[in-house]
Amino acid sequence: MTLLLQGGTVVDPSQKIEKKLDLLVEKGRVSALGKIKPKKSWQVVDVSKRVVTPGFIDMHVHLREPGREDKETILSGSQAAAAGGFTSIACMPNTDPVNDSEAITRFILERAGRAGLVNVFPAGAITKRLEGKELAEIGEMVKAGVVAITDDGNPVENNQIMRRALEYAKIFDIPVVDHCEDRPLAAAGHMNESGVSTRLGVRGISRAAEELDVVRDTILSRITGGRVHIAHISTQESVACVRQAKKQGIAITCEVTPHHFVLSDTDITNYDTHFKMYPPLRTASDVKAMLKGLSDGTIDCIATDHAPHTRLEKEMTFEEAANGIIGMETAVPLAWEFLIRRKIVSVSRLVELFSTNPDRILKLGRGTLKEGAIADITVIDPDCEIIVDVKKFRSKSRNCPFHGWRLQGAPVMTIVRGRIIFRHED
Amino acid sequence: MPLRERHLLGIEDLELDEIELILNTSRSFKEISTRAIKKVPTLRGKSLINLFYEPSTRTRSSFEIAAKRLGADSINVNVSASSVSKGESLIDSGKNLQSMNPDIIAIRHTSAGAPHLLAQYCDSASIVNAGDGMHEHPTQALLDALTILDHKKSIEGLHVAIVGDIAHSRVARSNVLLLVKMGAHVCVCGPPTLIPAEFENYGARVTYHIREALQGADVVMMLRTQKERQKDVFYPSVKEYFALYGLNMKKMKWAKRSAIVMHPGPINRGIEIDPELAEAGYSVIFEQVTNGVAVRMAVLYLLLGASEETGL
Repeated sequence: MTLLLQGGTVVDPSQKIEKKLDLLVEKGRVSALGKIKPKKSWQVVDVSKRVVTPGFIDMHVHLREPGREDKETILSGSQAAAAGGFTSIACMPNTDPVNDSEAITRFILERAGRAGLVNVFPAGAITKRLEGKELAEIGEMVKAGVVAITDDGNPVENNQIMRRALEYAKIFDIPVVDHCEDRPLAAAGHMNESGVSTRLGVRGISRAAEELDVVRDTILSRITGGRVHIAHISTQESVACVRQAKKQGIAITCEVTPHHFVLSDTDITNYDTHFKMYPPLRTASDVKAMLKGLSDGTIDCIATDHAPHTRLEKEMTFEEAANGIIGMETAVPLAWEFLIRRKIVSVSRLVELFSTNPDRILKLGRGTLKEGAIADITVIDPDCEIIVDVKKFRSKSRNCPFHGWRLQGAPVMTIVRGRIIFRHED
Repeated sequence: MPLRERHLLGIEDLELDEIELILNTSRSFKEISTRAIKKVPTLRGKSLINLFYEPSTRTRSSFEIAAKRLGADSINVNVSASSVSKGESLIDSGKNLQSMNPDIIAIRHTSAGAPHLLAQYCDSASIVNAGDGMHEHPTQALLDALTILDHKKSIEGLHVAIVGDIAHSRVARSNVLLLVKMGAHVCVCGPPTLIPAEFENYGARVTYHIREALQGADVVMMLRTQKERQKDVFYPSVKEYFALYGLNMKKMKWAKRSAIVMHPGPINRGIEIDPELAEAGYSVIFEQVTNGVAVRMAVLYLLLGASEETGL
């Protein structure tokens, strides 16, 4: 099947392109960019007034399979990703059993293949069972297909283990993704420690719990040369630390979630558990720092930390409720509304954040529309207005704080290997 | 004029005139408890459920007696931690209890916001917060205000020192909110490890030195300190805590001569308060307990509409 996307604005930072071009896809690959005359046998899609970009990559999602298929499966997660404009996702290893072995990695890939929608790239565990004690068989997992290692959800507390992981990961040139949290300092808190936590009477989490680990990671990356990637960065000082480390040439990258650049702790009203996540929502000045980091290049990418939970796990008191929200089906509209429409970043920078950079970090060989590249493509309609409706989500879960929000700018078509896997119906 | 909200979830939601209404109503109910026949039919046919997820003797019996003195029926549901882990959620419990058509549910819970959650799922019963985690304990603050007003003309302009574990105390939060609303100068005092973030936002002064807090105080409110806090490294030992923040006769001299000493109870003698002092003339601790019944009678009465005559 040959597919022609006609009349769209192609934005591809990997080729420094941002102009009106037709894009031809043949045999699952980009075969031409330019003014292309359609042939009768081709499928031609009019994408004028749309933005055509290399496929978006969400490098931080929880698909819950194996183990918690009541929250999400690889299939439902893939459907949510496709509807959210993502062509590739990297799934975290904190499943049950943990993805700390070649066998689980293969299982995930087999399920993803059967789902047959987006590309699923598993992240493997750093340590066996995420216990922070012994390294998992990283080489075996890489051979099976993992693209990063992380103990996400469980910080690697032991500095020696973190150091060894960074050293060892150099063999495979994969990033070590760190969930930065000093556990004793986080002190079983449930939200950011501030005047808001004081007023609500909810135990707070000191921002230092994140920042200390970010500082540690920059130091360990410097002495080992291993690539470290900070997951879901959330404080002003963490961003400042990464900015400084990058200036010194340290191999550090970081991601931010949409909720950390859109919401702050003052949005937690009436103990709504849809505003409970880890790291917690921070203050308004942290949100400002996230926006600055997004625009000045300190923050490399936007990742959702898509964390499905059942209704029961959220219908509890704030302190008892599970951490996390789902994000794949709202990330692009939120980014368009809060970053593009508010003129924080350019469209080309947004594509770097969603595609070029996560591709560079994970070395997936996607994230480009160069001739010959695999045709993973996201099409966005900047004029498309949506009202977030959790009941319409493809995800199995509904834990989302943005229900009812009106947003402008949404993915309208998702193409993986030249095949249209999602199309927005008006 | 009745209360504006159907529930009493915290002092934060109350306007000044509502606080005054509750206090005035409490005063008129106080007399009932001194009669030979301590019961009026005002709330006959109404029912109160005490839904307690935390052990409590005083608050629970106080609500129970308050309901009974007004002629209402009250039952106690004590949910131990073990039956929570058996799986019935707060929402399910609330829905079940609501199906029995109670008029009021007084809830105490270890988590902040539990009464707010219950209120979202209860469309007929009124919810009264009887203490939620470290958040609020509104009836305690109201009974404290009533007790202060038994001894002082007005709360406006009074110097009130609140001393102890501010961070974990719902009593401190509710009292600061109420006293600041009523125009008192509030000073909270405790080790920095037990002062929560940005507490100054409440309009209270913060100090780490008890002398500074007590100097010129009209009211000294001591908070209960839990021994477990020592394990969580908030302070090195009970002995040192008492030396720095405990109240004794000597320190009491820094306060005004006419000062009163309050405590939400139960007292840890020798941790917060020197036993000698608890028995000296300053203490109004048992008056607080007495006033607790009157305040809870007023709250039940006002929440249940107050449309009928009080039946006094």
